[in-house]
Amino acid sequence: MTYSILTLFDIILVLTLLWLGWRLLGSEDIFKAVILFISFGLLMALAWVRMRAPDVALAEAALGAGLTGPLFLAALRRMNRTRKGERRLDIDEHREEDQGTDSKQTQAV
Amino acid sequence: MSTEKKIKGQTRNRHRRFDAYQLLFLCLVFCLIALLGTILCTIPENFPGLADTVASLQEQSGVESPVTAVLLNFRGYDTLLEVMVLLLAVIGVWSLTKAPVSNLKTDISPVQMGVVRLLTPVLCLVAAYLVWQGSHLAGGAFQGGAILGAAGVLLLVSELDWLRAVPAFVLRIGLILGPLVFVGIALCCLFFTGELLAYPKGTAGWLILLIETVCALSIGLTLALLFGGGRPEDDVPD
Repeated sequence: MTYSILTLFDIILVLTLLWLGWRLLGSEDIFKAVILFISFGLLMALAWVRMRAPDVALAEAALGAGLTGPLFLAALRRMNRTRKGERRLDIDEHREEDQGTDSKQTQAV
Repeated sequence: MSTEKKIKGQTRNRHRRFDAYQLLFLCLVFCLIALLGTILCTIPENFPGLADTVASLQEQSGVESPVTAVLLNFRGYDTLLEVMVLLLAVIGVWSLTKAPVSNLKTDISPVQMGVVRLLTPVLCLVAAYLVWQGSHLAGGAFQGGAILGAAGVLLLVSELDWLRAVPAFVLRIGLILGPLVFVGIALCCLFFTGELLAYPKGTAGWLILLIETVCALSIGLTLALLFGGGRPEDDVPD
């Protein structure tokens, strides 16, 4: 097994993928999670290329990043529409409230 | 008030507390990782796999790309089922709701119109190239279909007027065209050679190209209609 500059690239790619996956699962803002998911899909396509599976890479880039992303965004828009007047801004406000209460709870503990 | 709170909770993707389900889920994930780890450790190194078998049968398959040979010749049945799954997904979405229609009647900006006019033909060309290329390089029906679907999404996002005028009947025909041709060829093969999807000698290349082309069209339409998110307005009423 020979090590080259590509090995370093692979390691960075894997670490970035894991980090992106962790971030998108832990993200409270769904919009942010969707954007992270799209970037995850694009990097995953790169990983498939590195594994010498260009067919899967093409499908991943087109389906995983190109179509699932817009599908999620459309679903998000429809979710927002069902709760009229409540937009992302409101969610952000509530998050701040929650963080406030959480910190109070930790103080109480 | 309580339902509203519930909805909010659902759409916010937050898991702070560890409840029993999460613990169970974590255990399952851990078991899966342990299982995969043992499998990975017990696989003999330089495991030959089926690559040699595929390579030896490559000439009979009618295509030069091993991936396409497996997908549409050796394991054509799986691909047929995959196409059916996509069709089922659209049936599910159509039976749930009607497609949302935006009430905002705004003119499309010239920049967006320019992008649509420029990109749609390019996307169609790339899709056709990917389907054609599928016989000897990476590519194929799903990749080409996904590109076509992206073109459809671009048109849908631009909310062009003529899109809404497309009758639902035409869409239905387009949706079932791919699966129908695929099943038709499979049945013809059953009739002529006695086996499902066992192409007669010498015709495999052309049959695969035909299947890939119609499937790419149907897959593209399927994905675009999934983005549309419901059956069209002029479809059969409830």
